[in-house]
Amino acid sequence: MQEKDNNKNVLIDGSRLIIESLARAGADTFIGYPITPANLLYSYGRQRMSTMLSAPDEITTVQWMAGLASTGKIPVTATSFPGFALMIESINMAYMMELPMVIVLVQRLGPATGTATCGAQGDLMLLNGMISGGHPSPVLATSNFKDCWELSEKAVNIAVKYRTPVVLLTSKEEVMTQKSFNLNDLKNIKTVEKEYFDKDCVYKPYSNKTMVPEFLSLNQNKHQIRINASTHDQFGILQHSTEDALNNTIRLENKINNIINEYSFFEYDKQEGANKLIVSYGITSAAAIDAVNKLRKTGSKVNLLIAKTLIPLSAKYKDIIEKYQKVIFVEESINNQLGRLIFGIDRPKNMKFVGGIGKMITPEKIIKEVENE
Amino acid sequence: MNKNLLNTSSLPYCKGCGHDIIAKQSIKALESLGYLPLDVIFVTDIGCHGIIDKCLNTHTVHGLHGRSPALGAGVSFGIDNPDKKIIVFIGDGGATIGLQHIMEAARLNLNMTVVLHNNYLYGMTGGQTSGLTPKGFATTTSNEGNPFSGYDICQLSHTAGASYTSRVIGIGDITDDFVKAFKIKGFSLIEVVEICPSYGVKLNPKRKLAEIVESSGRKTGVWINKKPAYKLHNNKNTDDLISKLPVINDNFEHSLTKPTSIVLSGSAGEGLQLAATVLAKSGIKSGLDVTQKGSYPVTVGVGFSTAEINLSPKTIYFHGINIPDIVIITSKDGLNHNLKRINKMEKGILFIDSSLDSPTTKAEIIKYDFRSLGAKNAALASVLFFAKKTNIINYKAIFNIIEEEKIDKKVPIDKIKKELHI
Ligand SMILES: Cc1ncc(C[n+]2csc(CCOP(=O)(O)OP(=O)(O)O)c2C)c(N)n1
Ligand code: SF4
Repeated sequence: MQEKDNNKNVLIDGSRLIIESLARAGADTFIGYPITPANLLYSYGRQRMSTMLSAPDEITTVQWMAGLASTGKIPVTATSFPGFALMIESINMAYMMELPMVIVLVQRLGPATGTATCGAQGDLMLLNGMISGGHPSPVLATSNFKDCWELSEKAVNIAVKYRTPVVLLTSKEEVMTQKSFNLNDLKNIKTVEKEYFDKDCVYKPYSNKTMVPEFLSLNQNKHQIRINASTHDQFGILQHSTEDALNNTIRLENKINNIINEYSFFEYDKQEGANKLIVSYGITSAAAIDAVNKLRKTGSKVNLLIAKTLIPLSAKYKDIIEKYQKVIFVEESINNQLGRLIFGIDRPKNMKFVGGIGKMITPEKIIKEVENE
Repeated sequence: MNKNLLNTSSLPYCKGCGHDIIAKQSIKALESLGYLPLDVIFVTDIGCHGIIDKCLNTHTVHGLHGRSPALGAGVSFGIDNPDKKIIVFIGDGGATIGLQHIMEAARLNLNMTVVLHNNYLYGMTGGQTSGLTPKGFATTTSNEGNPFSGYDICQLSHTAGASYTSRVIGIGDITDDFVKAFKIKGFSLIEVVEICPSYGVKLNPKRKLAEIVESSGRKTGVWINKKPAYKLHNNKNTDDLISKLPVINDNFEHSLTKPTSIVLSGSAGEGLQLAATVLAKSGIKSGLDVTQKGSYPVTVGVGFSTAEINLSPKTIYFHGINIPDIVIITSKDGLNHNLKRINKMEKGILFIDSSLDSPTTKAEIIKYDFRSLGAKNAALASVLFFAKKTNIINYKAIFNIIEEEKIDKKVPIDKIKKELHI
């Protein structure tokens, strides 16, 4: 009974956990444009953030976010593919300008408007290729309520520490379903520390002295700030293709790739002797866990890898996967985007895929593929 | 400290470009108003006018084509200080693709000035027609002259709500026109009509600016709206989203030994989702793990309303429900929406309103007149009836939740109790 008394059980949805965590981590501004299934995030953002603005479209959304970020704010928005598609050029802009922001992308069934009220996992390939130049842009994927809480904090951390837009990838069923949850399971969230350039020497907004240049807000008048989305040198001055400017662009790629050293998140449920591995992320992870539990009960040995940091991609995923005789990727799409991300077109023969659209993938469907000899 | 806003007098435009006059005189105007370089933020668009950044000693922000008014708006929200000057440089091309952003900034009357370099064409990309090109004006994409008239950007800005809008011809000394626009608290837009020697002059030889303006039916002038400048409203008492959530103590027993899936379905507007939440919370109150999700048509006030609830004595991971263990139907809409899966049920229970015909199913069918208590109470009554019949959770737990959620005032509890004999 002791344990029971300590429970703080509530009925809660993932949207609430995400916004509360983002706010505690330091996000202070929510820019919203309505879209199903991200509307709960919008309404919570409105209640929770000290600054809340309703934008007239999603291009404006990210433009406003970038403007606000350049004055030291940490802005957040939430959208789904149709809105995200409109945002992409502006996300490229924020990426190039090196401005922090978090975009919660709630996946739904596409293409195009598709089915607004149906979940999906179809946007990973888009995220992987959305920055012109093929540069990586950070993506963290939630797979349960704990992730909604903890990865949201990490998303703010990455955005601020690495001065970059971060996508928190989720899906309809994860953010709209209410579940019983013990609030005591939530760990403490730390507010991110913003560090500003505070020296007297000349400020270079895109200095190459460190991987991540020091930040300064447009709100001060001690140093001149140049923010630039075109190819630019360390001073932020537009250049066609000088060595300094191209090196700056190369630095961006290296900067994001470096994130993996600090923010490589995944769960690896490993039992000795298993030669089969299920690989999943996001909403299908829940079905994968059920499948693993059921299989193990019947004596079948199977392990589970749940990927959370999707971009930049951890080399560990491939290392783990290659240890197994049979690998089953599970994703709510018909084309195994995570498999493609890890292996490209050269997917190993022992790699199977359990996918589908329009319906949640069931544990039974996964079990069938695991047992299929 | 260097008080000059420009760091050079030779600007990077073609010889004779109207952009030169705009840049130099707008800067002169800022200097005459006493602005120091770092109190000014230039947000420049993509286009010839936008290559000015490197010549400026101010803060500079160079974003995307057409988006500078939105980016400038973001800066304006963030700065929230009318003593700082936010100037957006944009061309007629940028104003075409980004028209919405100008309208929005004008509507909100944000503290910023848009300087519209209207040379009637896309200079940087080779002199093509823009949305602001006047009828008859020749461009590289309409050699015989544009067959359509252009937007009247000043009318648009003014009717959208800008404090100040003006149109001037970019010849001679127009410093004072800039001074007037920059002095405004709130949103101002100054459209400077000018000509691009490389394309505009070549394709429209001998035409004079004043004549082009006039023949396109436009006038120079100033348009004013007397209204306060935008003020950012910060939300001071932001609600913590979780600490005030009602904590549900599990002080009731349940009789479940395995996970059980329940579909509750009826008609929109009959309190079905609320009844589902009550059931879900009663599950938690009984020590169960619970998931709940709703589905209904996008037009929320009409048609079916369905809720899917999982109850389990163990942790629930997968929460999807294909063929449910228990279905509760309170109306025809609900039956139609779930008919296929009811047909597929091999076991379990179907609770269904007695007004409806029994569907084909192998589930046990229990009929009850849920609607006798009124359509609005049918869902809640059905949930209580389900609890009483199955004893999966104690109906007292449900009453407890009804009280805790303070919905007992909205539903005729005593009537329901009497009717259900509980
Ligand atoms: C989204 C997008 N579409 C198209 C372009 C190409 N583009 C660059 S500048 C420009 C036109 C610039 O014309 P204008 O805004 O009138 O400025 P000007 O060059 O005349 O000063 C265009 C279409 C772009 N940069 N981005
Ligand atoms: S192309 Fe036209 S608009 Fe561009 S700088 Fe030359 S004259 Fe000016």
